[in-house]
Amino acid sequence: MEPLSLFEKLWRRHIVVDETEDAPAVLFIDLHLIHEVTSPQAFDVLAERGIGVRRPDLTIGTLDHSTPTLPPGPDGEWPYATAQAKQQVETLIENCREHGIELFGLGDERRGIVHVIGPELGLTQPGKTIVCGDSHTSTHGAFGALAFGIGTTEVGHVLAAQSVLQRKPKSMRVIFDGLPPKGAGAKDLALAMIAQIGADGGRGYAIEYAGEAITNLSMEARMTLCNLSIEAGARSGMVAPDQTTIDWVKGRQYAPKGADWDKAVEDWLSLASDPGASFDREVHVDVSHLAPMITYGVSPDAAAPIDTTAPAPTSDTERRAAEYMGFEADKPFTDMSVDKVFIGSCTNSRLSDLREAAAILKGRKINEGVTALIVPGSEQVRRDAEAENLHNIFIEAGAEWREPGCSMCIGMNGDTGAPGELVVSTSNRNFVGRQGTGVRTVLASPATAAASAVVGRIADPRQFMNEH
Amino acid sequence: MSFDPFRQLTSRTLVLARDNIDTDQIIPARFLTTTSREGLGKNAFYDWRYDASGAPKNDSPFDHVDLSERRILIGGANFGCGSSREHAPWSLIDLGFRAVISSEIADIFKSNSLKNGLLPVEVNSEAHAQLLKTPDSQVSIDLETQTVTLPDGTETPFVTEPFARRCLLDGVDPLGHLLNQSDAISSYEAARA
Ligand code: SF4
Repeated sequence: MEPLSLFEKLWRRHIVVDETEDAPAVLFIDLHLIHEVTSPQAFDVLAERGIGVRRPDLTIGTLDHSTPTLPPGPDGEWPYATAQAKQQVETLIENCREHGIELFGLGDERRGIVHVIGPELGLTQPGKTIVCGDSHTSTHGAFGALAFGIGTTEVGHVLAAQSVLQRKPKSMRVIFDGLPPKGAGAKDLALAMIAQIGADGGRGYAIEYAGEAITNLSMEARMTLCNLSIEAGARSGMVAPDQTTIDWVKGRQYAPKGADWDKAVEDWLSLASDPGASFDREVHVDVSHLAPMITYGVSPDAAAPIDTTAPAPTSDTERRAAEYMGFEADKPFTDMSVDKVFIGSCTNSRLSDLREAAAILKGRKINEGVTALIVPGSEQVRRDAEAENLHNIFIEAGAEWREPGCSMCIGMNGDTGAPGELVVSTSNRNFVGRQGTGVRTVLASPATAAASAVVGRIADPRQFMNEH
Repeated sequence: MSFDPFRQLTSRTLVLARDNIDTDQIIPARFLTTTSREGLGKNAFYDWRYDASGAPKNDSPFDHVDLSERRILIGGANFGCGSSREHAPWSLIDLGFRAVISSEIADIFKSNSLKNGLLPVEVNSEAHAQLLKTPDSQVSIDLETQTVTLPDGTETPFVTEPFARRCLLDGVDPLGHLLNQSDAISSYEAARA
């Protein structure tokens, strides 16, 4: 039998109509996640053409991008940033009601960032095709699912036909060699990979992550890594399902139960790439000496070990970036002072991320010049964190503990930095203005963000890790 | 979304000579709370075009440019990277653009653009370098022959995914195409149930 890769197996299982030279494949979608920002215009198209939603049972809605992270006032009103943000939220509520789509709305204990709740509820499962009008849909690939972001027109296609028209991407395997030393986690692994292959290095590819470093990663860490696939230009990134995956999915609300579960597990464990499976491209990333990574530019591939200095710019694009960010060549990163710290986003807002930050913030104070915003990825994460008393550690350190949502990752709900401010952020994009006009974003792990909050400058978290 | 078929296009270019122009540059997130596809052009490249007070920036590539004459945008490598927001092509179309040329265009942006009648054109690095170096020049794009006529009069080829090309040339509607497969989708669903 021809050895197949994980991606190949997932692709073949979901072909409704094969691709030809003239037309892309029709690919069936097992789970369609929708949120308020990229769906309204898709529902409009359905309405204009008089089409219904084909599979509301495979569609799930959540509110995350434009939603406030401050609680409702005494009048019960949520403090929306603008009337338009409120209208966008109400539009999704109305669209879901009209089409019989389950929505985890404000006040629902299952609500949260779309890429946090899918896995958390067991909706995300190995072997599925998963799409969402959101580029970080690659997150769900951590479970051995084929998950990728789509645009609004395609959201309309999936609503109408539960399928997308797709050309088969090429396949790439990224093999992490060695085991990362203490202090370097999934975020650092991902940034190191992006720095190596470039922000366009994965363009046109579906990536599979492999190597001992990956097998050893927790599910949360795998999600962080797969989440960042799109920052290397790849629409999807995945990890083969193994016992870690199975243990994580087991017992979750939407996970299969009883005999179905046993059958599912058997199937899921058969999805891993066969020995000898071929890939269009293979890349090795040596992580045996990996240090905590930060970004110093305005593209996620401008990443370097925290204990080094910014390289001298070599192109016009890099010169502009250096000017915007204010990093000077040969000046240690750790000299750079910090205004804000954001711990959250679909990249790093899960319980493990909050624990990582809390381990550093416990018993310490956030530096006077810094404000820190800590935003759990979902209501579930919030409950779990509060059950462990993490919120009190954050509050005592001087950070703000907020309602779940995308928050400062994208700044659509009013959570932004001020022009010129330097923000150390656990999110995924350091684009100019991503966190507010003129804001300078430095991407880092939760540990690095927490350490920077304490020191008031970009700080190596390892200095706080060796004490115990 | 309906749009005019695309065959040939000749226009002066607007050059944005930076690599990795991401979708947050094309349309900043704070403008995404809209529930409409219309009227986004005023917010396209907003932070490149306007300062904090809303006054036009005079060092921007958009300054003193009559956009109504520019239907072809030239961007640096990896144009359109970042988010899946279709607001990016919507806003460029609303500004009057019908084509984007670069050496590399990000996957989701490319796919979104094709679905809205904004032609993403990837040319080789030599042609790209010429386009970047000669702003305001006259360029022609022919989707039928898949060639770009460069400022110096030479031609360079490009490739468009055949189905998307047919949709653009003949006005084929991808959603209609997909809905025509509903029997196949039903059989697929039945086989898996
Ligand atoms: S947290 Fe950020 S990247 Fe993730 S879905 Fe929200 S806005 Fe997008």
